[in-house]
Amino acid sequence: MSSRISELRLEKVSRSFGGVPALDGFDLTIKGGEFVALLGPSGCGKSTALNCLAGLLPLSGGSIWLDDKRIDTVPPEQRGFGMVFQNYALFPHMSVRGNIAFGLRMARVGKAEAQRRVDEALSLVQLVDHAEKFPGQLSGGQQQRVAIARAIVLEPSLVLMDEPLSNLDAKLRLEMRTEIKRIHQTLGLTTVYVTHDQEEALSLADRLVLLRDGRVQQIGAPEDVYTEPANRFVAGFMGYRNELELPVTSVADKSVVLGDLNGTRREDLGQVAVAAIRPEDFTVGDGPNAMEVDVEVVEYQGREQAVQARTASGEQLHLRAVARLAPGDRVTVSVPPERVLVFAADSPAAPEKVA
Amino acid sequence: MATQAGAAASVADARMALRHRLADRGLDRTLLLLLPAVIFIVALFIYPFVYGLQLSFQPQPGSEAVQQYGSGPFADYHNFFADPYLRNTIWTTLKLSLPGALFNVIASVPIAYRMRGRFRGKRTITTILVVPITLGTVLTAEGLLAFMGPTGWLNRLLLDVGIVDHPVRFTHNYWGVLFSLIISGFPFAFLLTLSYLSGIDPTLERAAATLGAGWWQRFRHITLPLLAPGLGITFCLSFVLAFSVFPSAIMVGDPSRQTRVISIAAFHAAFEQYDYSMASAIAMIMGAVELIVIGLVLGWRSRLYRGATGGKG
Ligand SMILES: Nc1ncnc2c1ncn2[C@@H]1O[C@H](COP(=O)(O)OP(=O)(O)O)[C@@H](O)[C@H]1O
Ligand SMILES: [Mg+2]
Repeated sequence: MSSRISELRLEKVSRSFGGVPALDGFDLTIKGGEFVALLGPSGCGKSTALNCLAGLLPLSGGSIWLDDKRIDTVPPEQRGFGMVFQNYALFPHMSVRGNIAFGLRMARVGKAEAQRRVDEALSLVQLVDHAEKFPGQLSGGQQQRVAIARAIVLEPSLVLMDEPLSNLDAKLRLEMRTEIKRIHQTLGLTTVYVTHDQEEALSLADRLVLLRDGRVQQIGAPEDVYTEPANRFVAGFMGYRNELELPVTSVADKSVVLGDLNGTRREDLGQVAVAAIRPEDFTVGDGPNAMEVDVEVVEYQGREQAVQARTASGEQLHLRAVARLAPGDRVTVSVPPERVLVFAADSPAAPEKVA
Repeated sequence: MATQAGAAASVADARMALRHRLADRGLDRTLLLLLPAVIFIVALFIYPFVYGLQLSFQPQPGSEAVQQYGSGPFADYHNFFADPYLRNTIWTTLKLSLPGALFNVIASVPIAYRMRGRFRGKRTITTILVVPITLGTVLTAEGLLAFMGPTGWLNRLLLDVGIVDHPVRFTHNYWGVLFSLIISGFPFAFLLTLSYLSGIDPTLERAAATLGAGWWQRFRHITLPLLAPGLGITFCLSFVLAFSVFPSAIMVGDPSRQTRVISIAAFHAAFEQYDYSMASAIAMIMGAVELIVIGLVLGWRSRLYRGATGGKG
């Protein structure tokens, strides 16, 4: 059962709840060994997609294929996929060892063999010293390691993770992120990872799938999605925090002029367009697209400062600066035209607070 | 003026300090709110219990117990255990209440298991299952007689269809009382089991499913172990309820022989022989038997996992 897959294919997978679609025509092909992240704001259908893959939710339409086998009608216990749940879902009445061995026990793996594989999994997640403890006696990070070990000990053809780090504090989240990456590099298990945290998705995944209201917005490698978001929603989600709504002055193929801002067109525009700019793409000092701004708030963040400023026309800007700035300063900032992405004003934006 | 104000302040300080010290020991004025409950418990439970206990050690002069076993404090107890007609009421009652409680608990598990999710008509089904709780034992017994008595619908149906040629005796024997215990005890066990079940995090079973466990294995290895302590409590409460069976033992049972339960013996002593100390002794024995059974169940339960079950409960 633990053989590597060469391809997992979702074809027009849909799922609705009481007539409201939570996932709509989801197409995705995952290659063996790949790490795919499903990314999107809360309620966009990520968990629904994962549960459909795991077999915990029946589809309303479409099909799922594992190589040449149709699997969307196979019950979850026969799919042989490992899953890590957001709340860990460890069995509270079993020790760490018992939890990890559960899947092997269900698969009737021999005692000695099971023991060996549990030991391996324990050392992979660095929990050898905690094998006899119960979940209630472990910290959040340790519980999450148990959940991961339990899901991967069977060497499943597909590992599904539903926001596995969202219940951890910031420091632990970083540690576990590295841990997950390391485990993926060690075992090479095909993984689908759900998160609403763009940084997490960017750092872990080979490929990102951006979802909004149950529909795919963009599929691509982290670099592509990061530098070339397909639409305003993806841009907003990938950290293009500044959105300036301006009248279109001129369009020449890909390059656009909005007022006196030069930018790069990403889609067909109307009369008014939105320029999306990342805070870190601004530089303090003269250059292309130079503009004068008044500094309003400065947050010290170590090497850099996060600055909130206001343009002469009253628009608020977020930028990052290495130079020491103080509230009340008037400075010139600039941004290269290829880092100013221009979208149609009526295309949907990302939610204000990404969470 | 100034010194007066200072003195007033230091008195206030001292009062504050005392309150803080008491609060450290877990005492504060809100505890007074418990007073009505304490008075209630003392008046309604502890006083009658102590009164009954001491009464049971003062055999009534001239009673059967005193004639046979003297007027020592244990004469009534001696009498109870020496007389098989009295002593056997314990077994008679256990023979009804243990299977009754066990059946109710076991039957409530699959039904509650099916009913814990959300589905259409859940409220209707729950209501139907729970209605018998509001009927009371007397009404249940009457219903049983009308339905299962010698001329009841069930027998008429069986006769008409030709399955039997004489009415079957479902009532006025052991089975009648057992049926009535099940009818009146099941809703109670079901509600308790349902609430224990909904306290178990449903993602645990989903996790087990992704690990290859089929429905039976999920129930057997995940849900049942987490539910077992709750089932223990449900059993204890159902048992206590069934052990004090009285009206149905008389109305649908065979109160002089097969279903002469212990509460009938106590009733007989108190209101037919007017021997209150004998009745008290029987009541104490009832309590002791219940305590032994509950003690055994709780002893078994203490060996189980009893921590969090991860659910909303
Ligand atoms: N069991 C359910 N019943 C009804 N609606 C649901 C259910 N599960 C999810 N939904 C709806 O489907 C949408 C997607 O949910 P979900 O996949 O959980 O989002 P995400 O995991 O991305 O936060 C949401 O609008 C949610 O309200
Ligand atoms: Mg979710």
